[in-house]
Amino acid sequence: MAGYLHQFFFGIYPYICLSAFLIGSLVRFDREQYTWRSGSSQLLRARQLRWGSNLFHIGILFLFAGHFVGLLTPHVVYELVITAQAKQLMAVVSGGIAGTVCFIGLTMLLHRRLFDARIRATSSPMDIAILFLLWIQLVLGMVTLPFSLSHSDGSVMLALSEWAQRIVTFRGGAADLILGVDWPFKLHLFFGLTIFLVFPFSRLVHIWSAPVWYVLRKPQVVRRRGSGRTLPIGGE
Amino acid sequence: MSHFLDRLLFFRKNVDSFSNGHGVVTNEDRSWEDAYRNRWAHDRIVRSTHGANCTGSCSWKIYVKGGIVTWETQQTDYPRTRPDLPNHEPRGCSRGASYSWYLYSANRLKYPMVRGRLIRMWRSAKVQHKDPVLAWASIVEDPAKTQSYKAIRGRGGFVRSTWDEVNEIIGAANVYTAKSYGPDRIIGFSPIPAMSMVSYAAGSRYLSLIGGVCMSFYDWYCDLPPSSPQTWGEQTDVPESADWYNSNFLMLWGSNVPQTRTPDAHFMTEVRYKGAKVVVVTPDYSEASKFADVWLAPKQGTDAAMAMAMGHVILKEFHADKTVPYFADYCRQYTDMPHLVRLVQRDGRYVADRLVRASDFADKLDQANNPDWKTVCIDENTGKIVPPQGSIGFRWGEQGKWNLEEKAADGAAIKPRLSLIDARDDVVPVGFPYFGGQTHEHFPHSPHPDVLMRNVPVKKLQLADGETLVATVYDLFMANYGVDRGLGGENIARSYDDDAPYTPAWQEKITGVPRERVIATARAFADNAAQTNGKSMVILGAAVNHWYHGDMIYRGIINLLVMCGCVGQSGGGWSHYVGQEKLRPQTGWTPLAFALDWVRPPRQQNSTSFFYAHTSQWRHETLGVEEILSPTADKTSMQGSLIDFNVRAERMGWLPSAPQLEVNPLQVTRDAAKAGEEPGPYLVKQLKSGGIKLSCTDPDNPKNFPRNMFVWRSNLLGSSGKGHEYFLKYMLGAQHGVQGKDLGVEGRAKPQEVVWHEHGAEGKLDLLVTIDFRMSTTCMYSDIVLPTATWYEKHDLNTSDMHPFIHPLSAAVDPAWQARSDWEIFKGIAKAFSAAAPGHLGVEKDLVLNPSMHDSPGELGQPFAVKDWTKGECDPIPGKTMPSLTVVERDYPNTYKRFTALGPLMTRIGNGGKGISWKTEDEVRFLGELNGTVAEEGPTKGLPRIDSDIDAAEVILTLAPETNGHVAVKAWQALGKATGIDHTHLALPREDDKIRFRDVQAQPRKIISSPTWSGLESEKVSYTASYTNVHELIPWRTLTGRQQLYQDHPWMLAFGEGLCVYRPPIDTKATTPMLGKRSNGNKEIALNFITPHQKWGIHSTYTDNLMMLTLSRGGPIVWLSEIDAQSIGIEDNDWIEAFNLNGALVARAVVSQRVPKGMVLMYHAQEKIVNVPGSEITHARGGIHNSVTRACLKPTHMIGGYAQQSYGFNYHGTIGTNRDEFVIVRKMAKVDWLDGPARDIPAAAE
Repeated sequence: MAGYLHQFFFGIYPYICLSAFLIGSLVRFDREQYTWRSGSSQLLRARQLRWGSNLFHIGILFLFAGHFVGLLTPHVVYELVITAQAKQLMAVVSGGIAGTVCFIGLTMLLHRRLFDARIRATSSPMDIAILFLLWIQLVLGMVTLPFSLSHSDGSVMLALSEWAQRIVTFRGGAADLILGVDWPFKLHLFFGLTIFLVFPFSRLVHIWSAPVWYVLRKPQVVRRRGSGRTLPIGGE
Repeated sequence: MSHFLDRLLFFRKNVDSFSNGHGVVTNEDRSWEDAYRNRWAHDRIVRSTHGANCTGSCSWKIYVKGGIVTWETQQTDYPRTRPDLPNHEPRGCSRGASYSWYLYSANRLKYPMVRGRLIRMWRSAKVQHKDPVLAWASIVEDPAKTQSYKAIRGRGGFVRSTWDEVNEIIGAANVYTAKSYGPDRIIGFSPIPAMSMVSYAAGSRYLSLIGGVCMSFYDWYCDLPPSSPQTWGEQTDVPESADWYNSNFLMLWGSNVPQTRTPDAHFMTEVRYKGAKVVVVTPDYSEASKFADVWLAPKQGTDAAMAMAMGHVILKEFHADKTVPYFADYCRQYTDMPHLVRLVQRDGRYVADRLVRASDFADKLDQANNPDWKTVCIDENTGKIVPPQGSIGFRWGEQGKWNLEEKAADGAAIKPRLSLIDARDDVVPVGFPYFGGQTHEHFPHSPHPDVLMRNVPVKKLQLADGETLVATVYDLFMANYGVDRGLGGENIARSYDDDAPYTPAWQEKITGVPRERVIATARAFADNAAQTNGKSMVILGAAVNHWYHGDMIYRGIINLLVMCGCVGQSGGGWSHYVGQEKLRPQTGWTPLAFALDWVRPPRQQNSTSFFYAHTSQWRHETLGVEEILSPTADKTSMQGSLIDFNVRAERMGWLPSAPQLEVNPLQVTRDAAKAGEEPGPYLVKQLKSGGIKLSCTDPDNPKNFPRNMFVWRSNLLGSSGKGHEYFLKYMLGAQHGVQGKDLGVEGRAKPQEVVWHEHGAEGKLDLLVTIDFRMSTTCMYSDIVLPTATWYEKHDLNTSDMHPFIHPLSAAVDPAWQARSDWEIFKGIAKAFSAAAPGHLGVEKDLVLNPSMHDSPGELGQPFAVKDWTKGECDPIPGKTMPSLTVVERDYPNTYKRFTALGPLMTRIGNGGKGISWKTEDEVRFLGELNGTVAEEGPTKGLPRIDSDIDAAEVILTLAPETNGHVAVKAWQALGKATGIDHTHLALPREDDKIRFRDVQAQPRKIISSPTWSGLESEKVSYTASYTNVHELIPWRTLTGRQQLYQDHPWMLAFGEGLCVYRPPIDTKATTPMLGKRSNGNKEIALNFITPHQKWGIHSTYTDNLMMLTLSRGGPIVWLSEIDAQSIGIEDNDWIEAFNLNGALVARAVVSQRVPKGMVLMYHAQEKIVNVPGSEITHARGGIHNSVTRACLKPTHMIGGYAQQSYGFNYHGTIGTNRDEFVIVRKMAKVDWLDGPARDIPAAAE
């Protein structure tokens, strides 16, 4: 039974989550344009948001980039530059710092959302759930740090990145690779996947639309007349 | 097609660049822009209108897109007029066009809400008590608890509730109140049924079923001109605006037609192209002024002086010096002018007393029926004294002689003698009271003796009580105006330049209008009327009606119209447009609205007296009765203060009372049964012995408090509540800004008839429930706020005096959020009430007190001297010398069932109005087929259903003569019995017309002529008031049956208003005690406080609407003259404060040449919920225009049991005047927005 569950959660569940993530995002983007937003509560109360949000976003963006590069870069590629042990040490140190920053920010946001009556009253259940989910996931991530240090050879890290790479390249046997990793890693993986699962149903969709192009945009933008729109006024 | 796929073209979207690469041209999907285009698209157009009190009743297209109202535009499909008359459309104005903003605005009420502290107490009380009535009792019987939620009224703290919960609270509170104190402690205020008659009827039907009290509005708003019931026995009847086009001479007197009658103004501007002359009378340079050929600008409040001078000119030139046959014939047949008046000796001189009656003669002139109520005149042909047909004595107790044919009671043709000047026995000097010499700090006066002796031709008559001198009204009238008729004597004018009342030269000193303008205008007015048989018209409005002595201004104008034969002629007459008073299908609506199909009579209260008493404004009264009494009055019989007069009027059955008795009326009937007596005689005995007292004698006694109050379709506290701060202090017990001290503290004379408590009661209301679609000022002060459907979300009916159509309100969309229509809201309350009643209230007997009503035999109650039964001057006889007493059975547990079915009295008794009645079996049967009948077991089984608002509308349309041709014919037949004339030809051509609700949704429909009204709907004439009196010879419903220019009730004579006189504004003494006493360092000035109707709102509606706020200045404003502003250093847009003993308000100053020196002009009813800072005087937020006013009653409006001066709901009674008020104006030193947390913590909202 335990073997099946392991197979399910780390071999099948990732595909469920990623499918929901991609298809869900696509459908929502196409069908529910007006809900495609970050749902900022800044207008209701700026207090605790400036620090909380900025700390959280700085931390989470670093962690996201670290996980993305760290998990999905093939071992052979970075081996040219850095050893696995060194990479792991770097990940633990920088991830630990970013995680701490993120933890402070996220805790502030969670506190604000729960205990500011005005924010609480205007929050949807999902707004609260997603914060909890992120907070648990972050704590679990932090919990893995001492475990990582106990495998200073980087073997676990390699196993995890191999798992991730197999998943995204549709190669079998991914789950078997992480059969023996410690429980914090497994829980962290599970919650991480769950975040992908709920992603399209939450305000997280704003990540897709992060206005990064704004930085490179020309100072003046003019849209061409009549293009794109073929429907008469009032038509659907 | 797919937003996602479009994004895949990300790298191809840039197709061009410009400005050296600084700009980029993109080719991206732009379909999102349709969202903005759809804002102005629609998939449906629905006809509706706006239920504001604007008299517009304009037809609007409501555009709906996907279940959302997008906007509205004016409809243009009114039924045509006729070839020589412009059509009605387009109707509408910028205010109506902004309405859809409300539907989805932040100010929209979306959920039922309850004051936080109250709901917490309720919820914990419900844990302890399963029975909601006991739960309510546990709250209101604990002073600490009530104090806690009452003191915080107006300071926020609402929380969301559910319909079930609020209905349970309201039902429980009503049951508790009816059980513990009496159903007449449950009050409902809703105005102007014509705006949305089903919504009005919803609340009034519920209240009338349970025995609650419906409050009047027309008198309270001061829209009722008491001169109209006094002169015509008619609440108000006016021409439709299309009739302006039939006029040749239009005077706009204190009415700003383009601004306040915007959709109708086109008839006025169009008729100018036909050659009509337009004269505008207004002290400020109003929008109307620019349409004027002549603009006359009398000092505000002195218009009566100018009207008297115009009358002087017309009487001199068109009656005395030469005779215009049309004028003389008109006055003879249609006015009381030929009727005889007794002259009596008082203080050594003759004064005019009452009209001579048939009963004054030894043989009663052979009149067995009502000889006390038959006036007499001299037949010019025979010289005999005759009682002409048509006086009110002929209206009751006999049939066929109540008409205006020139016949005596015996049917002989007569020609009443207008003047005794050629048939006189003598000429005697008669005393006429003169008030123009009274001094007033702010108004000029013209010193003359306070009793003007003037020669009058008289005849000596042998009456039962001896020889008496008599004069005709006409001769007294001429003498009153100071016209020289060659009779010699003092105080007459030999030329217009004589300074004798009431010459053009005399008025110049008071009004400031050059005499030659007055002479020229009067001459042109009368000359036109003489040439056209009365096509001179005066449009008059609030500006002249809102003065304490506004009835004198009105009567001055009415006199002009009557002496020139204009009233009742198309294109002529009196056009008073204040308030949407014309509920065209009134007699169809009344049974639905007051539950006359189940119980009669309903409790109806005149609001001015009620609020004066229950907001303790009487405790601060500054006007002494002696200040307004006539110099010819017997002062010893007219003692006491204003509230004393009101109490006497209530006791004598003149005015209604609410609450009525100190003892619960449900208990009185039980006690009577215990004593083995009938409730009526039992109560009379108890009242006489003092065992039971009338509530009006002790308004500060908790037994007499109004306890529960509903406000719907109204913004009582933010708009019409004169004495706003007194409402807050005494009725609500909330934070207030009253600055003055009461009579006790001031050491002034206390009332005689009313118990004085050292401390006035505060927080009288236990529960204030307001139903609205927006968070108004009244909502802010309420305990429960219920969200109602807007005017685009419900089905209803709407009519106006300005056009003859019946118009629908339609549900273009369903009520948004949790809103419900008023009909559904009161159904819900009725259901909760019925559920809460068992165990507390079952089938109960309720004793209802009613005054002597106009248009009923009760109006013949008290023909001569005023007699008070409490002083032993007469016996208390219900319905005659005291209120009538009726036992009404109320089936409390079946209130909801009764509410939703048309009751049996419509079949058993029938329907009627204004003194006539007819059977309605056919209509009830038809309604059963149309609406279906009740199938459920119970007391309503088999009766026609009234479930939905459309069902209710169909009840109105089916029962009303105006919308059902069969009923119209029946009604004219009924009237024909009284007059002895066949009038059915007026309705027969439309006998088979039936107007249904879906008909009016298709197109507004023109109503059918009905005897309820005095004008006609026909192809030949436009609707105009008194038309059927003149052309069908139907009497006016007055003492003489004619237009009553002489008011002979003892109180009218005591207050010097038998004939029209000029009276200066009263002194309210509200500024002097504060001038310079509360300085903020800036200069202060006392100015007259004038509150005209809005440009950017209809009363308070639209004043919080972003569109309208954008067009004005985004918040409250006050207009000042340049001279006054300069004198106290105010510049345009400065924040100013206006204050007096009544309270304070803050606003921005508009400094304008429009305004004359000496007045501030604040548009009436600007809400204090938008952009209003705190007051430096009261330290509370702002204040509204009524924060500086206080109601002040006039005793002549209390008269009852006397023909046309008998009570009728919204017909007659005290009025809430407010223009005599002065305020101190100064620039604010510090504008405090009160944005911090509340300082007094116990009152802080949570």
